[in-house]
Amino acid sequence: MKLHEYQSKQLFAKRGIPIPKGRVATTAQEAREIASEMKSAVVIKSQVLVGGRGKAGGIKVAKSPEQAEELAAQILAMSIKGLPVRKVLVDEASEIKKEIYLGITNDRAAKCPVMMCSSEGGVEIEEVAAKTPEKIIREYINPFLGLREYQARNIAAGIGLPREHWNAFAQIASGLYKTYAETDATLSEINPLVIDGSNQLKALDGKIVVDDNALYRHPDLSEMRDPDEDAASEIEARKYGLSFIKLDGEIGCMVNGAGLAMGTMDIISHFGGTPANFLDVGGGANAEKVAAAFRIILSDKNVKAVLINIFGGITRCDEVARGILKAIDEVGVNVPMVVRLVGTNQEEGRRLLADAKMETATLLAEAAQKAVNAAKRK
Amino acid sequence: MSILVNKDTRVLIQGITGREGSFHAAAMLAYNTKVVSGVTPGKGGEWACDNKVPVFETCKEAVKSTGANCSLIFVPARFATDALFEAADAGIPLVVCISDGLAVQDMMRVRNYYDQKGIKLIGPNCPGLLTPGEAKVGIIPGYVAKPGSVGIVARSGTLTYEVIYAITNAGMGQSTCVGIGGDPVKGLNFIEVLKMFEDDPQTDRIVLIGEIGGNDEEKAAEYIADHVTKPVVAFIAGQTAPPGKRMGHAGAIIEGASGLASDKIKALEAARVKVAKHPEEIPTLLK
Repeated sequence: MKLHEYQSKQLFAKRGIPIPKGRVATTAQEAREIASEMKSAVVIKSQVLVGGRGKAGGIKVAKSPEQAEELAAQILAMSIKGLPVRKVLVDEASEIKKEIYLGITNDRAAKCPVMMCSSEGGVEIEEVAAKTPEKIIREYINPFLGLREYQARNIAAGIGLPREHWNAFAQIASGLYKTYAETDATLSEINPLVIDGSNQLKALDGKIVVDDNALYRHPDLSEMRDPDEDAASEIEARKYGLSFIKLDGEIGCMVNGAGLAMGTMDIISHFGGTPANFLDVGGGANAEKVAAAFRIILSDKNVKAVLINIFGGITRCDEVARGILKAIDEVGVNVPMVVRLVGTNQEEGRRLLADAKMETATLLAEAAQKAVNAAKRK
Repeated sequence: MSILVNKDTRVLIQGITGREGSFHAAAMLAYNTKVVSGVTPGKGGEWACDNKVPVFETCKEAVKSTGANCSLIFVPARFATDALFEAADAGIPLVVCISDGLAVQDMMRVRNYYDQKGIKLIGPNCPGLLTPGEAKVGIIPGYVAKPGSVGIVARSGTLTYEVIYAITNAGMGQSTCVGIGGDPVKGLNFIEVLKMFEDDPQTDRIVLIGEIGGNDEEKAAEYIADHVTKPVVAFIAGQTAPPGKRMGHAGAIIEGASGLASDKIKALEAARVKVAKHPEEIPTLLK
């Protein structure tokens, strides 16, 4: 789950990281009020969960409260990469002498957190990694020890930070590690961390991605979830414990298991079709869950055919068949369906579906080809 | 021979009285796996699986009384981290964690702890191990497999069953099937398992099933090029997955330009691995 810039910066500030004075506004009027309290130029920053806000015109500097109102009105009317701007952060403008990147992420290969820092702040770290990888300094953190102070000094020295800033930098690095650990983040970054006009280090922008698997122990963070992050159908799917991702194709997929669900999408594409979604009904799916999955798949108007691919281990094919029949009964299905049921209780499952008008298949390739053809005919 | 588990493996099940635990314990017993004990705090002294398996309060007691040398974990995610540490401290040398939904930061501590103690971990978020005809330690359906010489190592569950099934239907059997799991930080990875298969006399061919996210497949490809003499066939799931979205498994995500299926396929092909276009093509490439 991604957190907004304003949420991330507040979490940083609580752990001793200096951030600019600022507040969130949902209307242009509010933005004006905040700007007049600041008594200085302000930056109006759109709060949407995508990168490239600046390039899209979603970040602007206002020199007066009037201008702040005008620019906030413009930005609040925007959509950036398909996401509506519902809030703007109005921050006191800072003079920037130097921009630094500082972030912590989980290193899958090293099996521990890694703190990364670069003297090239303000650009995406992936870009620095691609162009000038030698400019990124890394410190691997022992998950039992946490970030040690000497590691912060290693980093400060590594990026050539003037000695006068080392103490402040160590405090910020420690605050960032605390934020990462206490929010169960998979990514926690400050970009840019700046040296401002009064020669102070300050986090101008921030980003936190929280581990979804850890949300159960962070009810306060769960409440921060922005529903715009996911499509409505994905939110609906989450309620039923389904793992669902909307795609742009024509063939709706219902599969058990994430790997097989991806494999099914791939084979559809291999035979010239396009998957409309990724959907894992999970292990041990019951009729109820299957029916919900069906409703979600069919709510997508692009869907011209549905492919059901179940390899029953824990999941029982007869339960899935009952769910399909229940869904047809409740929702009404007006697109062709291809069903492949293999594994636990397959005979019973196939028998239940024999009367419903749908194509069946035993092999995966055969099922995919039939679904692709059915979508073309439609 | 086989790898990791065989007919002598003595399995302890943590969470044996739960819905998943009891269901799979029964299936494992039906497969003649030696399920010697279970652990469920609060239910010590009871018996599970039609009075066939004694239940203990702690792993320590279960190991002492029943000589378990492998633990299989089915407890819900929020208790699984503790279960993992408990198994390690009870001196069990091989732990298989089926539970799904563990926090990554917890798993980093678990993996570091296991490495310090030299304990082998499979998973979490995995289907476990199956040595056909000998031992089923996890949830891979026994009937899809038969004894043979193909070693299988995979990041996913049902996709693996699909592949095992296709191989069995084509008249070939498996030495051991290893589901390493779909999490970003986990126990044994491709390389460790490839090494075991390379050293196992029963295994003469290897199937590797990867998916998007991370670069474990690329690293495996490098390892294969330098150290594996047995033929390897691979399949990579997620060629049509969109970037930035987590495809069910916590570790299956394309981040920036990293974790793409196309890069993994390229790396594997460069290591002379035959990469199947779809799962059912694997048996043909094995012949």
